[in-house]
Amino acid sequence: MIETLLLYLFAGTALLAAVAMLVLRHPMRVALALVVTMLALAGVYALLGVHVIAVFQVLIYVGAVMVFMVYVIMLLDVRDRSYVGKFSRLLVPASVGSVLLLAVLARALWQDLPAPSTAVGETAFGVQQFSIAFLNEYWLHFELVSVLLVVAIVAALAVIKAGWRDHG
Amino acid sequence: MDKIQMLVALSAGLFALGLLGIIVRRNVLVMLMCMELMLNGVNVMLVTFAQQAGSTAGAVLVFLVFVVAAAEIAIAIPIVLLLARRKHTLDIDAYVDLKG
Repeated sequence: MIETLLLYLFAGTALLAAVAMLVLRHPMRVALALVVTMLALAGVYALLGVHVIAVFQVLIYVGAVMVFMVYVIMLLDVRDRSYVGKFSRLLVPASVGSVLLLAVLARALWQDLPAPSTAVGETAFGVQQFSIAFLNEYWLHFELVSVLLVVAIVAALAVIKAGWRDHG
Repeated sequence: MDKIQMLVALSAGLFALGLLGIIVRRNVLVMLMCMELMLNGVNVMLVTFAQQAGSTAGAVLVFLVFVVAAAEIAIAIPIVLLLARRKHTLDIDAYVDLKG
């Protein structure tokens, strides 16, 4: 009972923070709202029993990606003209389109949803099972991911270098 | 309402809000963050159905998605920095002359 309540609480927090992302003006506040969303989603994952994913959500998203984002926001100019008028011209059509998308998604997903099972949240999926599955069955993907990370580092360095060459 | 239905609704809501944010906001960094929000929404659905099926492959896939998202941000942020250095603004309307 308390777990269901917590699940609804975390889901509501995530949605509220996502709405706040749209209406807040300063990018730093948007970033903090996104951090709140991600932490709430980590709570949802933990309640579902996938503790590994919850930990990685906090470590990778909140710990790495969002800290990076906050650094960049602090690096850039505060008096930007995109801070004054925060919405583009497409506000009304985009809102209508978003509502339509939500309606289509709701209709499609509600109809074809598999029969509700009681399994959700009851099978805990901890670090041990994850590591065993990851390094026994999916070791090739593990290696490919490390290659991808190296490629990303090289690409980021190349982008920065190209910018230096163009700008003196 | 069933628990799975609630999670699917949460996922669809996060995705729609992220898409709305990308179209509606003018700041490039905010648009990037809304893209992250969409990715998070999709991840919620992936985790939900992986957990419902009770498969370890789903959790491994979610982990791989995390890594790809980190790599994507590591490349996207330098590009935004270069754009901002060139035009001295983060307003997306300043980049209408970009082609391709």
